Amino acid sequence: MPYIPNTPEEQRQMLESLGLSNLADLFVDIPENLKLKRHLDLPEPLAEHQLLRHMSQLAEKNLHLDRCVSFLGAGAYDHIVPAVISHLISRGEFLTAYTPYQAEISQGVLQSIFEFQTLIANLTKMEAANASMYDGATALAEAALMACSVTNRRKVAAAANLDPQWLKILQVYLENQDIELITIGYSLDTGLIDIDSVEPNLGPDLACVLVSQPSFFGSLDDIHRIGGWIKSHKGLLVMAVDPISLGILKAPGEYGADIVVGDAGCLGNPISFGGPSVGFFAVADMKLVRKMPGRIVGQTTDRDGNIGYVLTLQAREQHIRREKATSNICTNQALNALAATIYLALLGPQGIREVAYQCLQKTAYLRRKLEAAGFRLRFKAPVFKEFVLQADWDWDEINERLLEHGYIGGFPLKRVDPNLADCVLIAVTEARTKAEMDQFVDLLRGWR
Amino acid sequence: MLLLDLSVPGRRGYALPKLDVEAIPVADLIPESFLRESDLELPELTEPEVVRYFTQLSRKNHGVDVGFYPLGSCTMKYNPRVNEDIAALPGFSRIHPRQPESTVQGALQLMYELDCFLAEAAGLAKTSLQPAAGAHGELTGLLIIKAYHKFKGEAEQRREIIIPDSAHGTNPASAQMAGFIAREIPSDPRGGVDVEALKAAVGPQTAGLMLTNPNTLGLFDENIEKIAEIIHDAGGLLYYDGANANAILGIVRPGDSGFDIVHFNLHKTFSTPHGGGGPGSGPIVVSKELVDFLPDPIVEHTDGKYHLARPKHSIGPVKAFYGNFAVMVKAYAYIRHLGAAGLKAVSENAVLNANYVMNQLKNDYHLPYDRLCMHEFVLSGKWQKEQGVSTLDIAKRLLDYGVHAPTIYFPLIVEEAIMVEPTETESKATLDAFVAAMKSIAEEAKTDPDKLKAAPTKTPVKRLDETKAARNPVLKYKRP
Amino acid sequence: MEVRKGLLYSKEHEWVQEISDSVVRVGITEYAQDQLGDIVYIELPEIDAEVAKGESFTVVESVKAASDVYAPVSGTVVAVNEKLEDNPELINESPYDEGWIVEIKCDELDLSDLMTAEEYARYIEEV
Repeated sequence: MPYIPNTPEEQRQMLESLGLSNLADLFVDIPENLKLKRHLDLPEPLAEHQLLRHMSQLAEKNLHLDRCVSFLGAGAYDHIVPAVISHLISRGEFLTAYTPYQAEISQGVLQSIFEFQTLIANLTKMEAANASMYDGATALAEAALMACSVTNRRKVAAAANLDPQWLKILQVYLENQDIELITIGYSLDTGLIDIDSVEPNLGPDLACVLVSQPSFFGSLDDIHRIGGWIKSHKGLLVMAVDPISLGILKAPGEYGADIVVGDAGCLGNPISFGGPSVGFFAVADMKLVRKMPGRIVGQTTDRDGNIGYVLTLQAREQHIRREKATSNICTNQALNALAATIYLALLGPQGIREVAYQCLQKTAYLRRKLEAAGFRLRFKAPVFKEFVLQADWDWDEINERLLEHGYIGGFPLKRVDPNLADCVLIAVTEARTKAEMDQFVDLLRGWR
Repeated sequence: MLLLDLSVPGRRGYALPKLDVEAIPVADLIPESFLRESDLELPELTEPEVVRYFTQLSRKNHGVDVGFYPLGSCTMKYNPRVNEDIAALPGFSRIHPRQPESTVQGALQLMYELDCFLAEAAGLAKTSLQPAAGAHGELTGLLIIKAYHKFKGEAEQRREIIIPDSAHGTNPASAQMAGFIAREIPSDPRGGVDVEALKAAVGPQTAGLMLTNPNTLGLFDENIEKIAEIIHDAGGLLYYDGANANAILGIVRPGDSGFDIVHFNLHKTFSTPHGGGGPGSGPIVVSKELVDFLPDPIVEHTDGKYHLARPKHSIGPVKAFYGNFAVMVKAYAYIRHLGAAGLKAVSENAVLNANYVMNQLKNDYHLPYDRLCMHEFVLSGKWQKEQGVSTLDIAKRLLDYGVHAPTIYFPLIVEEAIMVEPTETESKATLDAFVAAMKSIAEEAKTDPDKLKAAPTKTPVKRLDETKAARNPVLKYKRP
Repeated sequence: MEVRKGLLYSKEHEWVQEISDSVVRVGITEYAQDQLGDIVYIELPEIDAEVAKGESFTVVESVKAASDVYAPVSGTVVAVNEKLEDNPELINESPYDEGWIVEIKCDELDLSDLMTAEEYARYIEEV
């Protein structure tokens, strides 16, 4: 066994020190009738060399993004990941550490989390951020719970043009705490939400309104108006944002958001079949920090006056407050947050603006090409890196055909809204090239 | 020095490919009211500067790769490097979660087989790999308990989850998040569930019991069959907090002892690295009766193909997509590498190591439950407390010996608790060195307590002022 | 450990001072602050908040613990010690004076089940 150092002789010595003669004697507390009298039914062990072969063969059964051209988004995106990130996060001191409970020998992790908090707060223009959440979807659900706790209200309004999967998760989190979820519908003409559609007498009962910018359809809503409306009812404005978009788009802090969440998997993390990603969570003022879920790192000093970092405000958390904690979250996504931190440090303000700018320009280019080829864009509102294309097609069938040419098409919207059965959601990141987009349009044009 | 201190305007650490499409003025694409006006305060650094900064940071951090890490309830075992290589294969790391199922058969096969492996280890029927961490698994399992009672028309009445006072803090916090009332019951003098108290606590209001077995004292609850009977007779379900499953692989299965739902922490028991606080993965395995309530989606295998499916009465999704897939890949590889005999050897040696260390320390530190332990044990620093030295001081002094401190002040039912989990991947020599360090600290507590109070002195920073951090929180960089 | 004479005490380690016929001032005892350690934060209730005897009306936090403060009487909060917002350490330094927490106005002042200083001193000896 390459990972178990005890030799039979050492085992014998250790057992002897305990007055025992064999390993089975260690398990006397387990009732005999409960003990497993056979081995677990698992495949025969593979030596490392065989294991690598087996795993490579499994991996080969998947069509990966280096072997095709993908226009798939809908919550996970093919962004460029700088090579150096995987090398840095593979350092054993980061990779094989636990949560930094002993601060004096965990300054590396603690300081990197402090950097993450700083860069997320700066990117979103918020006062403070936590050390990370599981993903954007669960961060949104936790934001809704926090808004209820802050406002002492039990109703939440969410934009129907949020990622439908996030909405479902939100529903699961809320219904079990008997919090009512109201969705604000979107217009089938614009894809945008209309707050005038909310029943006027509902406003004062709402803990918050949850909106995403851009929306699931890639389009941009009038957040100023939505924010003004919820604030007039003393509820909170909770925004979900694509962190890449903030290189160009207005920061949540500029809209007066109270809580901001999002998925930072797109910052330097491999797409990995959707996980692990990393959620972020930021708030507008220090009062709200006390109600925030998750870990927080703070700066302090040691006995010699040197600056150092510690986990702080822990009395909010489950290991102290138990059932009165702000959340049950314990393990988060620290290593993915580290990757995001390194990504932001490498790209810097110019780089982030450039990534956002290229997403925007390439998306606009593909839209122009498709329109020129006679296709219809479902919504006219401005978009960032995703848009809805409409054609009288079965998009699953088109996607099958695209696959034969090495293309992964967009996300068929019939899965989320029957009114959009003839629509597909197309994502364009900075990783796409003009040639890829030209051929994509040529293929589609040829099938008309 | 932080990143923004090092920043020099104009530097860049990464160059994108040149924009290869015609650029349109941004204002023609997006109205001005949607555009960012505020500054974007991010560091400006080159790649070598970034590499050096984070490499230097890493050197200020302890990890399993660096040294012994006997942090109780965290199972800080060695993380095989081959698993990192495997998870990084583009066929795993570069696939999109919404790709057509026909293009991700390898990924789905891996998930399906891992589901079966975990079900076998748990002695239960079917797994959801979606939960992102142990606490998330707890929440998911509790939502299934709720859905089950709702299905039976008893949700209104069954509002209580019973939790022993030795439980992890996540248990009551998860119960609260699932909309239950957490009801605490005491432990008996041997450290197990107080069966009489349990009998008194159950009733028509009981939704279930959450139990860690072995519990947070590292003790296997000998009364588990009785406990299961009491809960089941009351109409409740049994939830197994798998944080301590490293003690039981191939030895006893929670399902065989009456548990209905189990979560495993892949980042503990199945050796995936903890990354300084995550990502983890907290799959849950359920009995046949509960399969229909599992989160959406699960992986099924029919007609030679793997596909995603929504269970009939699913509680809904609890996380985006399918869970922390890269973590599953590593756990799968670990199980394939070790096989059944290897996993059993893991638990046997984990338990042997814990008992070996415990036995040698029980004359130097108070051992509140003096009986064979499983994979971890709990000492009390109360003798040292009487000498004016706190458990925190002992923990900090251990850092000077190059060892990560055990979990301290937990479980709450042991005064000045010191919870030690050596794991199976440590050698006898390492354990002996730890015992020697602990003995010498116990001696120092008597002869030179100030040394402990001044500790640590050999670490990158000395003892940090947590009170200051909490009274005046500084949570992000502020320009000097 | 000071148990100040003239105050009344609850089993949850709050002290109560009668400051008029219907208003009492409430804080936590020297013993309670010592058990908690360095207090880092207190979430003060709002003026006019209703509090019910025996129920938690605020939480004091130290670095490693959080502790509910229970109302020793039922009534309405008429004053809070705003100094604690920025200086929670006053509870550690001066639990009976500068570190008072709230003043509660009661419709019917019932202090009958509270302990005297002597009784409380014996009580903390025992726990």
